[in-house]
Formats: sequence, structure tokens, C-alpha cells
Amino acid sequence: MADPDLLARADRVAAIAATYAAEVDRDARFPKEAIAALKAERLLGAAAAVEDGGLGLGMGDLVEIGRRLGQACASTAMIYAMHQIQLACLVRHGRTVPFFQAYLRELCKEQLLVASVTSEVGTGGDLRSSRCAVEVEGDVLKLRKEATTISYGEHADALLVTCRREPAAPASDQVLVLLRKGEFTLERTSSWDTLGMRGTCSPGFVMTGHGKAEQVLPSPFADIAARTMVPYSHILWSGTWLGNATDAVNRARTFVRAAARQTPGTVPPGALRVAEVAALLQIMRAQVLEVAEECDRLMTAGDDALSTVGFALKMNNLKITASQQVTQICGLALGICGMAGYKTDSKFSIGRHLRDAHSAALMISNDRIYQTNASLMLVHKDA
Amino acid sequence: MTTPNADDIRAILREHGRLSGDASALSDDSDLYQAGMTSHASVNVMLALEGKFDVEFPDRMLKRSVFESIAAIRSAIEELQRG
Repeated sequence: MADPDLLARADRVAAIAATYAAEVDRDARFPKEAIAALKAERLLGAAAAVEDGGLGLGMGDLVEIGRRLGQACASTAMIYAMHQIQLACLVRHGRTVPFFQAYLRELCKEQLLVASVTSEVGTGGDLRSSRCAVEVEGDVLKLRKEATTISYGEHADALLVTCRREPAAPASDQVLVLLRKGEFTLERTSSWDTLGMRGTCSPGFVMTGHGKAEQVLPSPFADIAARTMVPYSHILWSGTWLGNATDAVNRARTFVRAAARQTPGTVPPGALRVAEVAALLQIMRAQVLEVAEECDRLMTAGDDALSTVGFALKMNNLKITASQQVTQICGLALGICGMAGYKTDSKFSIGRHLRDAHSAALMISNDRIYQTNASLMLVHKDA
Repeated sequence: MTTPNADDIRAILREHGRLSGDASALSDDSDLYQAGMTSHASVNVMLALEGKFDVEFPDRMLKRSVFESIAAIRSAIEELQRG
């Protein structure tokens, strides 16, 4: 169970995020007030070690913060989640290296925001293959990447970039490179006028960077992806979607309660649908918490436990089902709120929730994950 | 029962591992993932190994470290064949 002070800090950020959520969505602008609040509450260091100035939180607590933010503003919650994923990669795969430990301390002290640059033109959305390669000469590196999307790239203090290990390396032999403000430039190549998740500000960019050779994380990205980036992504994303679904259900419940007060003695028709959607939300919450707890357990047991086929299937299944549930739940909530939910300017509006929810099945497409699972199922034995 | 030797494992890697270079150039300890084997290709390698050596990798062995090199694969198969 999370520390009450921690939850109070998350709730204060969520209150600010909620205040600006509609405006952030309408204008497709960065939720600067909510991110400033995350910094003020020292939550950007959540996944970093306590010795480095972070909060040393495990998956369960990270998910709970993301869920609370997700109830207020899905874009803010996703930016928080993506940042913690990058931070976890640095902590779990770089902390023993003096350069990265020093950076982690600076990140916590200054509450720096890290963005991810994994997408690339021409890789077909495959996280585990890169076209660009880092070029190291002596102790200097340079890197150029044509990214199809960089979430909050223009607002980030640093980027964590996937690329091939060297110009001769195969597409799957990747590393992660950290580039700090001043070491990279971004040239925008597309717009970000989307159905939902508008506050994440995620257009395409050509990224050009330079730095020192020590800015390459020593572990192969294959390891970082299997043991950290994929587990943290699927679980933290699902936590933010759970928050979105929770708020949609809360709106539906409030709507039906108001109707019930008009006609005491009779149960309004929408109440039945509230009972139905509440059951779905309970299942969704149970799934997210179960996988988060298992991840915490496996991380304590040792990193190899995270790289099993069994756990990979479980995380993939969580991502697929949570992304489906969030749209289903928001859809049901819209049905309950009726026209009041369909209006964008009503306090029962479900429009933003539903539009944001539809991103879930697309960010790493569910079909791609099903394809991976289909192949993993061929060697996995337990039901 | 086919005893696992490095050349048989290399032949399976050549056919299914989608390595970037020639599998015969790999030492027994070379990191197969660094040699370009993706996790998708590793599933095909697992299936081919199960077929060739008449073993079933239990779930506890289905993790990166068991398939990261020819030597690791050989010792896993030997462990299963000992029963």
C-alpha cells in the first residue's frame, strides 16, 4: 500500500492536471502546469533510487500515481508514464556507470524530463529494429535519426534514443544513447493534430545529436527492452488507461445518481448499466494490479525472471486487454450519460476520455503484439 | 537421442537464427542476440532445437540467458536429456 503522503502529492498534481485537461486537449498543447506540478512535488524522480535523490518506487506505486493522473488528464498521465519508463531504463541499466549515475542525480535534483526516441521512418513500428546508427570516433559520438514521432520532444530536457550499435551492425543490434539539452536539435517533420492524446505533442522530427562516447548505455538494447522498457511500458500505460476508465465510470455514476435523486423510490434505467460497467472496471483494475505486483516480485527475484516467455506473454496480454477495456468502458459510460456525455462542454462529457482511449490499441498496435504472442505460444507450455 | 554438438546447433542457427553474419564464424560463447538474432527468430530456433534433439524446453528455461550462446543452448539440452 502506497504511502499516504505520496498519494497526496499525486492527487495535488492530478487536481492541477484536471483544471487544464480540457484546454490542453482543445489546443493540443503541452500540459505545462501539470508537468510543473510533478516537478514541484518531486515526482519526476519517482523511479530513481533514493540514494540518487529519487523516490525508489516499485511498479505498484508507479502505477497508482499514473492511475490518479489518468483520472485527471490522459496526456499528463502518459507523459509521466513515458518519463518513468525512460528513467527506469537509466536506473536499471546505467546506474553502475559513473556517467549515468551522475546524470540520474542531476535528473532528480533538477527534476529533468526525459523523452523517448524509439520510432523511426522505415522500421514499420518495430521497436527492436533501427536504421540509424551511432557513430563513435575516439570519445565523441554523433547520431541522426528520422523519428516518426517523439512525444513531448520539444519540452524534454533529454532524449533516450535507440539506434544500431555501429554503422556495420545489423538492424536488431541496438543500443540506447542519452542526449541532453544542448546536445540535440529537433527539426519538426509532421504535425500533431490527432483524435486524442493531444497534449502529448508527438509529431515527427529529424533528430541530430552529438555527445561523448560514454553516453551510450552499456547493455544491449535487446536486454533493456526485454527486462525494462517493455514491462514498464505495458504496465504503466495500462495504469494510465485504468485511470481514464475510472474517471469515465465516475462521471456515469454521478450522472445516474443525479437522476436517482429526481425520482426517489425508482431505480433509474441507467443504474443497470452502471452496475455492468463497474464490473468491467473491477476486472480491468484487477488485471493491472496483478501484473504490476508480479513484476515487482520478479524484479526482486532477479532480472532474468523478467525475460521469460511466460512473463512476456502476460505483459503483452495485459496491454492488449487493458487497451480494449478502456475503450469499451468509456463507450459504456457514454451510453449511460447519453447526450450529456456526448456534449463536449458538459460536466458529464465522455468525449475526451473516449478519444484518448482509442490511442491505447494503436500505440504498439495490438495486432503486432498478437503476432508476437502467436509465435511465443508455440514454445510456451503452461496454459 | 541426438547428443547436442556445436555444429548441429550452428546449423540450426544458420537456418533459423536470422543472424547478420555466417553462423560458422560464431564461437561457442558469442552472444547470439548481438549477432542479430531477434526474439522472434529465437522462437524458431527453440522449435528447431526441440525437433532436432527431441526435447521440450520447460517454461522455466524459456528466457534470454538460455539461448544467448551456443554453449548455453548446449548445456540446456544436455540438462534436459539427462532428465
